[in-house]
Amino acid sequence: MSETGMDALRARVVERAVERAVFGGELGRRAFVRAVGATTASAALASLFPMAAVKAIAQEKPGPPEKRDLKIGFIPITCATPIIMAEPMGFYKKHGLNVQVLKASSWAMIRDISINGETDATHMLSPMPLAISLGVGSQSVPYVIPAVENINGQAITLAAKHKGVKTAADMKGFKFGVPFDYSMHNFLLRYFLAEGGVDPDRDVQIRAVPPPEMVANLRANNLDGYLAPDPFNQRAVYEEVGFIYMLSKDIWPGHPCCAFAAKHEFMEKMPNTFQATLNAILDATQYVRDKSHRKEIAAAIAPKNFLNQPVEVVEQVLTGVFPDGLGNTRNVPDRIDFDPFPYHSMAIWILTQMKRWGYIKTDVSYRRVAEEVFLATGTARAMRALGQKPPEATLVKHTLAIGKTRVFDPDQPDDYLKSFAIRRT
Amino acid sequence: MTRERLRVVFLSALIGLAFVLAWQAFAGTKPAGKGIPGPLAVGATAWQMLADPFYDNGPNDKGIGLQLAASLGRLTLGYLSASAMAVMLGVTLGLSPLLYRAINPYVQVLKPVSPLAWMPLFLYTIKDSGQSAILVIFMSSLWPTLANTAFGVASIKRDYLNVASILQLSWSRRLVTVILPAAAPAIVAGLRISVGSAWVAIVAAEMLIGGTGIGYFVWNEWNNLALTSVIFAILAIGLIGVLLDAGLARLSRRLAYTE
Repeated sequence: MSETGMDALRARVVERAVERAVFGGELGRRAFVRAVGATTASAALASLFPMAAVKAIAQEKPGPPEKRDLKIGFIPITCATPIIMAEPMGFYKKHGLNVQVLKASSWAMIRDISINGETDATHMLSPMPLAISLGVGSQSVPYVIPAVENINGQAITLAAKHKGVKTAADMKGFKFGVPFDYSMHNFLLRYFLAEGGVDPDRDVQIRAVPPPEMVANLRANNLDGYLAPDPFNQRAVYEEVGFIYMLSKDIWPGHPCCAFAAKHEFMEKMPNTFQATLNAILDATQYVRDKSHRKEIAAAIAPKNFLNQPVEVVEQVLTGVFPDGLGNTRNVPDRIDFDPFPYHSMAIWILTQMKRWGYIKTDVSYRRVAEEVFLATGTARAMRALGQKPPEATLVKHTLAIGKTRVFDPDQPDDYLKSFAIRRT
Repeated sequence: MTRERLRVVFLSALIGLAFVLAWQAFAGTKPAGKGIPGPLAVGATAWQMLADPFYDNGPNDKGIGLQLAASLGRLTLGYLSASAMAVMLGVTLGLSPLLYRAINPYVQVLKPVSPLAWMPLFLYTIKDSGQSAILVIFMSSLWPTLANTAFGVASIKRDYLNVASILQLSWSRRLVTVILPAAAPAIVAGLRISVGSAWVAIVAAEMLIGGTGIGYFVWNEWNNLALTSVIFAILAIGLIGVLLDAGLARLSRRLAYTE
C-alpha cells in the first residue's frame, strides 16, 4: 500500500475509534451510522470532536517538521521541568527541533506573547487554555493542551510569624498570593479555605502575584502566605522567611498543575512540528518521572538561563527530601511528580471550579470544552507510539482529600457543584 | 575658583566614603547571605560582571554590557521618534495660540498618565512585546518636549517674527533660521527632561516584558534574590542616566544665547 493510502487508512481507523468511544462501542456506532449515513455521521462527529487534531496527533512517525526553529515560553518554576530540561538535555534536538526556551515574567505576559505569536508553544497553568478558549479574562483564542506537565508539586507557604496557625479558620483576614486567577493554585486554595469554613472572597484577600515575586512579598510583609509553585515555597524556607504549611498533594493527591499548551492554529497549520514538540515533551516527562534522574535534572535547570535558583533548593523540591521551615526534614517522594496525560475529567473539574467562583457566568458544555482543549485521545496515541503506557479511560473519578472527602464524578458536574455550601452561583 | 572646586570635590568624596562605611558597618551586622549585602560583596559582583560584560549564554543569560546595550537601543528608538514628533507638534502649537488652547486640555489629561499604563493596550493592539516597550518609551518622552517646545516657540520675541515676515522668508527658512534657533534652549530643556523620564520608564517596562535589557536583568536577579547584582544594576542605571543627562546639558550650553 502506498504511503498516502496508509495515512488515509490510519485516519479512518482513528475516526472509527473516536466514533466507538463516543457511541459506547461498535454496536452504538453502527446503529448511528445506519440511521444517518456514513458521511453525515462523520460530519456530525467532527462538529463535536476535534477530529483533525486527533488525526494529526495519531501519525506514528511524523513527517519532517514544517518549522525547526521554535520558541517556547516558560515561567521559571519547577512545574516547567520537562519543557525546560528538554533544552539543555537535548530532547528537542533528538526530535529534530531547534528550540529556544524563553523566560517570561508573569502569566499575563506568557499569555500575551503566546497569543501574539512571539512564542510557538508555551508553558501555561492548566486552567489558562480553558479560560482563553472560552474567552474568559482574555480575548477568545482556541488553545489545546496536548500534555500536562506536572502533578502535585505546589504548597501553601505561610510567613514565619504564623507558625502557630493550625487550621484554615486561623487564616481569616490573611492576604494570600496565587500566581494567576486561572490557576490550579487559586482553585485549590479556595477549595481548601472553603472546606475549612472560610469564604475565600469575603474572609481573606487573594491576589495574583507572579511566582518569582512571591518570596520578596512574603519577606516585605505584603503577603501572609501563598499557594504557589516551587521553588518559591522551598526558597521561602531557605531564606528563613516562611514555612511549608501544607503540600498541595494533601488537598488533591495527583492534581494537575501546569500544562504544555499551544494555539489550536499551531497544531492545525504545522501538524508535524506540533507532533515532534509533543514527542520531545513526552520523552522528557518520561525521563523526569524516574526519581533516580531528579538530581541530575536539578543541576541542569538551576542555572541563570533557566530557573536561576540555588541547586540545593531545586534538588529539595525534585527529590522530595526537604526541610519544612518548622525544624523537620520531610521525605515525600511524590511531592512533585510528572504525568503528561490530560484527563478530560481534570478539565471538567477545573470548569466546575471556574463556575463555582463566578469566573464563568454562563452555562458551558463541560464535556465538549474539555475534549476540545485537553487532547487526551491524541496524547494517548502519541504515548503509545513512543512505547509509553497511557491510561485506558479519559474520564476518571478524582478524590479530593482535604476536609470531607469528596469524590468528583465527571459525569455529574452539576451535582458536584451543588454539593458545596460556599459558592458564587 | 579652583580652590572652591577642590573643596567641593573633597566634601563630596567625604560624604561618599562616610556612606560606604556606614553601609558596610550596617551590612556587617548580619551573617553573609542574610540581610543587605555590603559594598564589598557588591564590588566583588561588579568586578565579576565587568570582567566579561558581553557573554551570551542564550536568551535568558547575557552579560551586563549586552543588557545595557539592549536597553539603550530601545531608548534610542523610542526617544528619537518621540522627540521628532514632539518638536513638530510643539512648533505647530506654539505658532497658533488658537490651536494650542484647543488641544491643551487633551495634553493635560494624557500627560500625567504613567507610560506603563499604556502597556496592556499596546500589547493587545500591536501584538509585539518589544515594540510595545519602545512605545512606552515614546509615551514617556513625548510630553516634556512637547510642552517645552510649544512654550519656547510661543514666547519667541514678536520682533524676530516680524523681521522674518518683512524679509519675506519662506515658511521653511523661517522655521530653520528663526523659530528653531530662538526656541532651541527651551526645546533642549524639554529633551533633557524627556531622556530622564524615558530612562526611568525603560527599566519598569523591561521588568514587565522580560527578555533582554537592564530592567529584565534586575527582575531576573530579584527572582533569585541576588541583591548584590540588583544593587550593582541600580548603580549602572544611575551612571548611564547621568551620562545621558550630561550629554544633553552640553548640547544646551552650546545652543544657549543672550538676547
